[in-house]
Amino acid sequence: MGTAAESQTVTEDVVESALVEGSTARDADRTGDGRPPVEHVVILAGGLSHERDVSLRSGRRVADALRGVGIETSVHDVDASLLPFLTQAKPDVVWPLLHGASGEDGSVRDVLELLSLEYVGTGPRASRAAWNKPIAKNVILGAGLATPDYVTLPQSLFRELGARPVLDAIVERLGLPLVVKPTRGGSALGVTLVRRAEDLPRAMVDCFSYGDIALIERAVEGTELAVSVVDGADGLQALPAVEIVTEGTYDYDARYNPGRTRYYTPARLDPEVAARVAEVAIRAHEALGLRDLSRSDLIVDATGEPQFLEVNVAPGMTETSLFPQAALASGRDLGDLYRTIVTRSAHRRSTSG
Amino acid sequence: MSTTPTHPAQPTASGGTRLDPWFGAYAERAHGMRASEIRALFAVANRPEVVSLAGGMPYLEGLPLDVIADAMQKLVATRGAVALQYGSGQGDESLREKIVDVVRLEGIDCHPDDVVVTTGSQQALDLVTRIFVDPGDVVVAEAPSYVGALGVFRSYQADIVHVPLDEHGLVPEALEETLTRLAAEGKRVKLLYTVPNFHNPAGVTLSAERRPRILEIAQRFGVLVIEDNPYGLLGFDGDPLPALRSLDDQGVLYLGSFSKTFAPGYRVGWVVAPHAVREKLVLASESAILCPSNASQLAIATYLDTCDWQGQIKSFRELYRERRDAMIGALSEHLPSASWNVPNGGFYTWVKLPDGLDARSMLPRAVTARVAYVPGTAFYADGTGTDHVRLSYCFPTPERIREGVRRFAGVVSAERELVDLFGTSGAPDPDPTDVENPGPNLA
Repeated sequence: MGTAAESQTVTEDVVESALVEGSTARDADRTGDGRPPVEHVVILAGGLSHERDVSLRSGRRVADALRGVGIETSVHDVDASLLPFLTQAKPDVVWPLLHGASGEDGSVRDVLELLSLEYVGTGPRASRAAWNKPIAKNVILGAGLATPDYVTLPQSLFRELGARPVLDAIVERLGLPLVVKPTRGGSALGVTLVRRAEDLPRAMVDCFSYGDIALIERAVEGTELAVSVVDGADGLQALPAVEIVTEGTYDYDARYNPGRTRYYTPARLDPEVAARVAEVAIRAHEALGLRDLSRSDLIVDATGEPQFLEVNVAPGMTETSLFPQAALASGRDLGDLYRTIVTRSAHRRSTSG
Repeated sequence: MSTTPTHPAQPTASGGTRLDPWFGAYAERAHGMRASEIRALFAVANRPEVVSLAGGMPYLEGLPLDVIADAMQKLVATRGAVALQYGSGQGDESLREKIVDVVRLEGIDCHPDDVVVTTGSQQALDLVTRIFVDPGDVVVAEAPSYVGALGVFRSYQADIVHVPLDEHGLVPEALEETLTRLAAEGKRVKLLYTVPNFHNPAGVTLSAERRPRILEIAQRFGVLVIEDNPYGLLGFDGDPLPALRSLDDQGVLYLGSFSKTFAPGYRVGWVVAPHAVREKLVLASESAILCPSNASQLAIATYLDTCDWQGQIKSFRELYRERRDAMIGALSEHLPSASWNVPNGGFYTWVKLPDGLDARSMLPRAVTARVAYVPGTAFYADGTGTDHVRLSYCFPTPERIREGVRRFAGVVSAERELVDLFGTSGAPDPDPTDVENPGPNLA
């Protein structure tokens, strides 16, 4: 896969030694760990993706939390004025809170690297792999983890072979129910749970309205979980799993309108299953070469095995999003947590060489 | 400083959290108010890269902004202590006098006492519905109807019943049939809602011949008519038709607005109502907002006094006519497989998609192609309208309109291919719960 090469997991000792050298008494007071404090963060939010609205909401929430702990934070859209702004503002760190398209596919991160700016989160190549659901599933399989059986098919193939025989073969092979989703994108946009074969064509049309390639996977019945992972002073840590119980499917409406969905944090799991779930999320994070933070969506099947569905390198940070819920449930203050994340990212270069 | 929410999500009776500690406390009518996927997609529509054929924003760059700026400065300098003060619940008298002159252009003969100034005609819709509609009462509305009106009716838990319109507006026979049926079912029909001129979204105008017939039927069934007329003065050919209110001063509530003929930012509209109804409207408005903005009202009164507002409307008509022509020309060139009407005024074309296409499921593809429109479903209370889209030509320049239609045609043809490929040409079952809440994007 070649994606793990990008993983720059920093060992604790390297961090610690670098910290001692660069610290001052004042800094130690501010950050509590000796690194010079981050003074200016630029959050990237908006963009032209289908998830623009979600991204703007994520950006505002994180900005509020960072300002709440005294860090000057600006929120900027991805447009023609961005690069001149970044060049002039020279922030300590950039946090791309873009969902969908160039925000998560790595391109914006590529540009940040070109500008030699420090940024929060996964590097461009690993982002590109994680953001593409079938590629991520492949990496996960390679790491010995479970993921529902699937096929990935472009629209052009249906055109060449005819839709009917291909859909029949899919149902024959994978059975029902199925989940159809665009290979790229989030917020459940274009995603359909298909219970009857006759509903599959409509689901394909809805999916291809969002993108040219469809991922069709066996729907696993079980406990739906979101497991967030953060990289901190103690290495990678899984936050408490959030269990999602929705009346109907966990679609866009259920995600962003509080009420239809119940969340259990921590999830109602046996301790050994909970430990396994945390382990799977951390291993997925490592296998995909992710950095700083991620959120894996998993389903615990009837046998108690966590099945990997997808991972988000820029997890939603809105008032109804899963990552902040998990952080709060773990007893963390969001401002403190986000400060830790930006501080780590700001000093990545100095600490990792 | 802690960033933990002050009201952490409370556990619910059946366990877990719902992320909204007040979820159990909302009024029944609030449960329908939800942020939809379509609404989220509109977040992209406002970006300059996207040609938005979605919103009904007037082209304000067509206004003499420097002249208006001078007038506003003078207003605050000379009458600031009045303009920035509370005002009358019914609205500023000097403005109401001028509104009487404005509505006279459509044949309405009324007195400043008959006028109630509101915060846009959207508030007028809210007030009228508030004083007339109990939950379950029927409001009869054209099919399709302005999305913002449907939102108001829904929020007062009205039962919305649609009556079809055709190229001459609301169909009298269909109205009569519907009212007869509803009477037989024992339903209480309170209001008939109509946009008679340059309809939003259908673009059609109620013919002069049908106007008295519609009024006669409404009168016979004891149904009050809401005549919503924001576009009446924006016709491209000839004089405006006589307003319904000019033919019946007791059975019609006339709603007017400066939003489309001047500027929506002031949020000034009005109702012309019979005396008893006017009293209730004033009381309802005072309980809702105390009084409409005095600053906005005096600004508009100043504009009407000091600027050539009729000349301005004339120049808007020319501007919008040119844009209408650009839209229709581009549709003929790029989208021969669809059909549409040619509006004689107003802001909108109502396009019927080629058979089998669903305007809602096409929207993400349109956003990817950097063009936005409003799916027809927004204009129906019952989930129908998947086969139509509303395209507005008021805001983009003619060149951008042509580019937008070209992109839109590309989206239609890609969707056509997809639907043919998967054989999903049967439109999905209408889902009455699948409704849009109006926002400024859909006005």
